[in-house]
Amino acid sequence: MAVTPTDTEYVRTRSTATVGSGRNLLDVKALKMHFPLTQGIIFQRQVGAVRAVDGIDFFVEKGETLGLVGESGCGKSTTGRAILQLYKPTAGEVKFDNIELTTLGGEQMRRMRRRMQMIFQDPYASLNPRMTVGNIIGEPLEVHNLARGKEKTERVQELLRVVGLNPYFTNRYPHEFSGGQRQRIGVARALAVEPEFIVADEPISALDVSIQAQIINLLEELQDRFKLTYLFIAHDLSVVRHISDRVAVMYLGKIVELADRVDLYEKPLHPYSQALLSAVPIPDPAVESKRKRIILTGDVPSPVNPPSGCRFHTRCWKAQQICSEVDPEFIEHEPRHWAACHFPGA
Amino acid sequence: MPELLAVRDLHTQFFTRDGVVRAVDGVSFELAAGETLGLVGESGCGKTVTALSLMRLIPMPPGRIVKGAIMFDGQDVLKMDDDEVRGIRGNNIAMIFQDPMTSLNPVLTISRQISEALELHLKMDRSEARKRTIELLELVGIPSAKKRVDDYPHQFSGGMRQRVMIAMALSCNPKLILADEPTTALDVTIQAQILELLKGLAKEFRTAFILITHDLGVVAGMTQRIHVMYGGKIVEKADTGELFANPKMPYTWGLLRSIPRLDEHRKSKLLPIEGLPPDLIAPPPGCRFEPRCQYRRDICREQEPELKHIPNAKSDHEARCWGTQEGGWLVTTDWRREIGDTRVLEEIKQEVAQLPAEAVRAAEAETPPPPPTP
Repeated sequence: MAVTPTDTEYVRTRSTATVGSGRNLLDVKALKMHFPLTQGIIFQRQVGAVRAVDGIDFFVEKGETLGLVGESGCGKSTTGRAILQLYKPTAGEVKFDNIELTTLGGEQMRRMRRRMQMIFQDPYASLNPRMTVGNIIGEPLEVHNLARGKEKTERVQELLRVVGLNPYFTNRYPHEFSGGQRQRIGVARALAVEPEFIVADEPISALDVSIQAQIINLLEELQDRFKLTYLFIAHDLSVVRHISDRVAVMYLGKIVELADRVDLYEKPLHPYSQALLSAVPIPDPAVESKRKRIILTGDVPSPVNPPSGCRFHTRCWKAQQICSEVDPEFIEHEPRHWAACHFPGA
Repeated sequence: MPELLAVRDLHTQFFTRDGVVRAVDGVSFELAAGETLGLVGESGCGKTVTALSLMRLIPMPPGRIVKGAIMFDGQDVLKMDDDEVRGIRGNNIAMIFQDPMTSLNPVLTISRQISEALELHLKMDRSEARKRTIELLELVGIPSAKKRVDDYPHQFSGGMRQRVMIAMALSCNPKLILADEPTTALDVTIQAQILELLKGLAKEFRTAFILITHDLGVVAGMTQRIHVMYGGKIVEKADTGELFANPKMPYTWGLLRSIPRLDEHRKSKLLPIEGLPPDLIAPPPGCRFEPRCQYRRDICREQEPELKHIPNAKSDHEARCWGTQEGGWLVTTDWRREIGDTRVLEEIKQEVAQLPAEAVRAAEAETPPPPPTP
């Protein structure tokens, strides 16, 4: 269903479009994260910037899972890290439970971190090989003064049980575990401080197919049990469809489309989302033989020097004059379905 | 169809300090000229080692092909001396690797790397080889190939590098191409480009392909036959259509049930395969999948099943499972209907028990809601 931006019924301006329903746990406005490119050894001057995230707006409601998809280098991981203030954003607002994070001081931010945690992609690199599992999971408890001594040990054992590991593993080291088990340890560490919000950055892409489902199910169970809110970052669209309530598609530092799970997958508005969805192979030869693929030409342009106007226009089959001149606004074309495109729809 | 490749009882082992790793443990299969075959399995199941064995590229030591025969075009690759093998590698059998950055030489230009094989195998001179290299690059869709032929690998993007690898593999018109996870390192839209290219080339040149991957989606659209590997053995062989419609091995069921599908209409719970893949130093004595199999019986632990034709399936469909073979307890099991996870069943039963009786009756009378129309 094509709705042109002139249909005023649902079209609202950007500022109101991303406000949401007031149950928002996280509000992100005009977030930018640029990494400077410098030249010179002693006197470094800035010669440019990688615009990893270049002005994005979205919100995450309490208890939901927002999936963030895109190809490598589109800025999805940077978004996750900038929200948690692991990077200092270049510009924009990040409001968590109505508290502005970008201006918080170190100590205040540390206290906020208790409420928001991260699960990392690579379970081999994200666990310190010299620490025992007990110390890895117990460290956040100590940092935040939640438990010490015997109480801490009991809490760690409880956490191991929650993520499906043997509670007597506390004295083992990460190398004694398989990839899937390590990822469970990473999940237990994130859960230790009883957070409300978890950024899961490609938590299953380093795992084998048969193990991926174990971790997805674990994340879903934990969400039900502890009323967690997830920002789930992944490049695998099938997995994102499975786990998310709403999905945001990123391309070259911008969110190009954001909608409820079913809307986005059944009737994507942005040409990039359409191409992305058609490119995913489906494990069923009968379906595969009937599908029509949209094959995009070329590669993703460099985020140092992104194309003018709509960033996708260099690869878009619908591109017209206006696309290379005017950056399309991120507009609500249908209720709760935003897209940034001059010619949205089929 | 004439047989191009026949692998018989291949055993490849790695001799490590911890013991002998039986990476490939009795693999046999055939491939006709021009056929496309998918080799599917998780990491460590022996699919890459199988491919490397075909090219005799197993690092020795610690690896060794201890037993078996690899008949390629009527000759046993394992009995050849090094010179003969070199005559086949890149010439009759070519390989496309997973990571194009590490498999291209970073200090040589693309032109140098592709013409090397042309000069060596096809005895072309420099200028001829260069001309052919440019043609090949155009064939695989590299824009302004004439200019880019003198570039170095780092000047190409991931997708373009993989195209260079494909051009290199095609350079000597091989009869067989082994593609080892050719798209795993690439993004979905680039993966679609590369798969489309491979599909077109396979048709055009009638080259036989072995596509090695862990992604059932990739093989579904690309291959004629599929062999599923687990723990160093082939556990199921079938036509691509047949394998997805009528799989006959609990491991294959597990794989199909544990991946979310892009076209699924409602949110159903994924059913993971519990446990971990087997340790190939000390594999389970019976069926390799037995420790993780929810349908196992005593015989599975005691005796290893053969790869055999099974009832209720096409004639060339074989599986290695006591349960689905003649007289087994899974012959009539419909894997799609099986919920499998008994905990889920219990949960549903409990929920139903708590409902008032009228609600249950009303729900039973009602037909299931149709899937949302697109």
